Amino acid sequence: MSTVQQEPLVTMRGIEKVFVGVRANAEVDFDLDRGEVHTLLGENGAGKSTLMNILSGLYTPDSGSIAVKGLPQAFRSPRDAIRAGIGMVHQHFMLVPTLSVWENVALGLEGNSILMDKDLIVKRIRDIQDRYGIHVDPMTPVWQISIGEQQRVAIIKALYRNAEILILDEPTSVLTPQEARALFETIRQITAERHGVVFISHKLDEVMDISDRITVLRKGRKVATLPVAEVTKESLAEMMVGRKVVFQVGKTLQNPGRVALEARDLVVRGDRGRTRVDHFSLDVRQKELLGLAGVSGNGQEELCDALAGIRKIEAGSIKVDGYELAGRPIREFQKRGVSYIPADRMGTGLVRGMNLRENIALRKYWRKEFTRFRFFIHWENIAGRTGQLVERFGVVHPGLGYPARMLSGGNLQKLMLARELTDDPKVVIAVQPTWGLDVSATLFVRETLLEQRDKGAGVLLVSDDLEEILSLSDRIAVIHNGRLMGLVEDPDSVTEEQLGLMMAGTCLEEFRPHSAEAPFAPGKVV
Amino acid sequence: MEVLIPILAAAVRSGTPILYATLGEILTERSGVQNLGLEGLMLMGAFMGFSVTHATGNPWLGVVAAFVKGAAISLVHAFLSVSIGANQVVSGLAVAMFGTGASALLGRKMVGLTVTGFGKIPVPVLSGIPVIGPVFFDHDPLVYISYGLAFFLYWFIFHTRPGLNLRAVGESPIVVDAMGLSAARLRYVYTLVGGGLAAVGGSYLSLAYTKMWSEGMSAGRGWIAVALVIFALWNPVRAILGSYLFGGVGAMQLRIQAAGTSFPAPILMMMPYIFTILVLLVISVKKGKGILLGSPGALGVPYSREERT
Amino acid sequence: MKYRVVLRRRFKTGLLFEGVLPVLSVAVALVFAGGALSIFGVSPVATYRAMFRGALGSGYGLSEVVVKTIPLVISGIAVALAFRMKIWNIGAEGQIYLGALATAAVVRYFPSGNQAVMLLTMTAGAALAGGAWGYAAGFMKSRWNVNEVITTLMLNYIGLHLADYFIYGSWRDPSSLGFPMTPPFPPSARLPQFFGTRVHLGIIAAVILVLVFRLVIRWTRWGFEIRAIGDNPRAAVYSGIPYGRNVELVLFISGAIAGLAGMTEIAGLQGRLQPGFSPGYGYTAIIVAWLARLNPWAILVVSFFMGVLLVGGETIQVIMRLPLASVQVIQGCILFSVLGFEFFRNYRVFLVRKESG
Repeated sequence: MSTVQQEPLVTMRGIEKVFVGVRANAEVDFDLDRGEVHTLLGENGAGKSTLMNILSGLYTPDSGSIAVKGLPQAFRSPRDAIRAGIGMVHQHFMLVPTLSVWENVALGLEGNSILMDKDLIVKRIRDIQDRYGIHVDPMTPVWQISIGEQQRVAIIKALYRNAEILILDEPTSVLTPQEARALFETIRQITAERHGVVFISHKLDEVMDISDRITVLRKGRKVATLPVAEVTKESLAEMMVGRKVVFQVGKTLQNPGRVALEARDLVVRGDRGRTRVDHFSLDVRQKELLGLAGVSGNGQEELCDALAGIRKIEAGSIKVDGYELAGRPIREFQKRGVSYIPADRMGTGLVRGMNLRENIALRKYWRKEFTRFRFFIHWENIAGRTGQLVERFGVVHPGLGYPARMLSGGNLQKLMLARELTDDPKVVIAVQPTWGLDVSATLFVRETLLEQRDKGAGVLLVSDDLEEILSLSDRIAVIHNGRLMGLVEDPDSVTEEQLGLMMAGTCLEEFRPHSAEAPFAPGKVV
Repeated sequence: MEVLIPILAAAVRSGTPILYATLGEILTERSGVQNLGLEGLMLMGAFMGFSVTHATGNPWLGVVAAFVKGAAISLVHAFLSVSIGANQVVSGLAVAMFGTGASALLGRKMVGLTVTGFGKIPVPVLSGIPVIGPVFFDHDPLVYISYGLAFFLYWFIFHTRPGLNLRAVGESPIVVDAMGLSAARLRYVYTLVGGGLAAVGGSYLSLAYTKMWSEGMSAGRGWIAVALVIFALWNPVRAILGSYLFGGVGAMQLRIQAAGTSFPAPILMMMPYIFTILVLLVISVKKGKGILLGSPGALGVPYSREERT
Repeated sequence: MKYRVVLRRRFKTGLLFEGVLPVLSVAVALVFAGGALSIFGVSPVATYRAMFRGALGSGYGLSEVVVKTIPLVISGIAVALAFRMKIWNIGAEGQIYLGALATAAVVRYFPSGNQAVMLLTMTAGAALAGGAWGYAAGFMKSRWNVNEVITTLMLNYIGLHLADYFIYGSWRDPSSLGFPMTPPFPPSARLPQFFGTRVHLGIIAAVILVLVFRLVIRWTRWGFEIRAIGDNPRAAVYSGIPYGRNVELVLFISGAIAGLAGMTEIAGLQGRLQPGFSPGYGYTAIIVAWLARLNPWAILVVSFFMGVLLVGGETIQVIMRLPLASVQVIQGCILFSVLGFEFFRNYRVFLVRKESG
């Protein structure tokens, strides 16, 4: 989409930003031309979001210069950046859940009057919707709409402010492949109007698909800026990680055994009282890794909370190794060998203020080997065990007595795996276990999960990363809106496309008849 | 009905200071800051209003002084809660203690004095309406202002641009910041205004209700106002209803005592508090364990922009 | 040359820092309170001097400080226990009143000549009554998520008026010349006093509670559970620690301990129940627990310091004719100052030279 360029939309030179002793950005240069999609590629923590938060005025750089349309800028607040025509769609959208769609768009609009012209705002929203083909009802409160729709609101919000520079931070991580394609259409529409789009991602396929140019960041530094024609997936990956990468984890075939975890007709409510899991059934067998695919926010977390005994179920049954556990206390799930790696590491899995020993003790302190005289905790034993585990899982730490919040994301996840995956669990439930981790930590987590599978556990892996699901799973279940959309017995027989349709709410049966021996068993398990 | 009118009118009068404080706290909490120190602010307001009125003879100056004083003390709370990110419960208690102590200390020479203060000004025409007139339109100006204020704030919060910002900052300060508005500045402003209004509520006590100063004269109204905010579900118009309900309980108490019945005073005195708990209970049971409608999502949670962990 | 302030999060604090910071913050608070006093037209120097002399200038003053330290330590421990779980028990004052009320009830309705029996029944009664007061708030919180800050606060007032109801009503001593108070307790219902002062058996109870608190929090399963809940309730639930049950339990025990403070206060000191026997111990306990950062040893020290303030307050009330509430000015300033200094606990502050631009 390269045309004759006059002046770049954005020029960033020598950007530096230090957080708590970490150089999040070091001497980064970045340009954005009119009509182009310029991708920022890098691992988690490579400094992509920091760089864009600087461009959008949320952070001030320690040094370096920014020019927009040729004019030097020193943004003191996001308001300055918005005025300069920069609109950022953050990973977490930056919407106020209790406000309606139009109120979210109106928030922070400049104007002299304390009154808002609601009709005018709504009309302009509708205009934008028609022009770019992105539709959301302006009157609905944001907490009632889906995550995909929330993303559209965030984009509308930026376009409403006449943003010529649109920054999209990991926009596809919450979308089905179909929704992602619709988003790409919108992006092309936007660049056709000679606006510029900065696209942040770490997924190589889509990067190759949408970008005009690609800038790779690693550990806060720019590695290279290249037109898309000059790169391959492999070369990008190497630049991202700094060495050659093997994408495949070594997966050996296993013969699954008896059913380890059986759930039947589960009904679970969410925090706001709405039904989030709706008559969901599933089996995880021993020596099997069952992948649960779905767009995040479709009831996966509630389902897994219920399967681990943390969330009350309204109806249904949960059996582990044949024992009925529905309605039983969490500790019984633990005793029966259910390990749970929740998505929210710091919020649920670990206690940030407690030290490593205490975090290891967290789900095990009541066990006989860790108590003395029944009521007292045997800290020596726990310390000994912690030392072993930390070494075995390679947790890098400043000392066992330091609080968990001092650990990096990857090490936190290792700490949690160390706690949950010892003692040969029968069932392992892992929700987004590689979210936010760098490549080496991701590989470690995936290998550890497969190792558990090979040792005989039934592993339930929840992820919104289809690549991860496809490469690790023995079978794949798909969830949409709390319902089972289908169960794929052989991952090789299904395309990403088909999974995407199921994730968007199409039942497996509807596109079934392309195979005679029916690799699918819709809505029901053997 | 005839018998009820004076009681209802008294309920309005006795509910007015609570109403001011509740409205103030609704603003503060809508911005995401909780200020438990209303009791201290009301007492400071009561003292300030009284002493300035006593010195100048102009009760309006007293009200303004009370507002300024309340805002000034709330500045400390705002600094600790917003800038330092300190614990708001403790800071609020400190405000309550400081206000209680300082007003007692300052007012020790004012005990026994009286002021003219605010007198009744019946609203022409409206006060002639049967029942409604004597109950709502036969009072002093501060009562009328409180009506206007409650409806104005409702309109302000739900229908204006700054009101939108206010609701947003109490729910998701980070969003407000990302939109280029300063979350900290908004929280400061509403904490100060809220504290000022609480102090105005206090000044009503010394300028219109009793027209004198006595130590600890707010007598727990500040604490009740904190609870009333929940009863009102952070809605200024519902605050009117709540305040008059409590005002009514207070008025009844005085009346029963005045009637010389043998009903024990301590039991009457504890009624408003029992009532508060019951009301909270009813609201909470009704909502179940779900999220209270209107409860600002970020209430009591400090926010700082560049925090990375 | 421009400088820029840079903040870094602090992860661990040294022992010296832990010791110096509270002292520094109290010192700053006293300076600020002094400033406030002089604005209010009271000489801070004279006030502080009078307070110091009254509290620490004589053996009697000192013993009175210890007398006030006892209920502060006990209720401070009560409050600290709940705070450990991030449960705001603002209701220690009411729980103290309930404990005292139950004590008086036991003395009135189940008197015994045997001091040990009496001590036992009074303790049980006070703990049960105070515990019930705490439990009420805990129950409402665990069942319906009713904000415990508000309920415990309201229960304070209800407890206080409930005590008044009996003191002004049927329990009033007919021979008290109309003063509202119960008849004096029989000797068997009095706690022994030591060293010819008013220091009573409660001091032993206070010390034992400090030790037990330390033991429970540090070494027991339950202590670990409430610390986990306090630090991260979601993670605690995930670990199989029941939240609701612990909320009820902790508020019951917290209330029971505070109730005990009410018992030792009237059985050890006053020998009868009368209105306003507690000069806000339950509220001061919140400062104690907060300033001590929930550390039991520090609770002892801070309680003593608060005792000095209270005795000093009484002195200035008598000598300088200042209202007793003046002490609250100082207390408020201390809390403000401690909160402000908290910042330096969480952050290290650097000045960095700014390059031109």
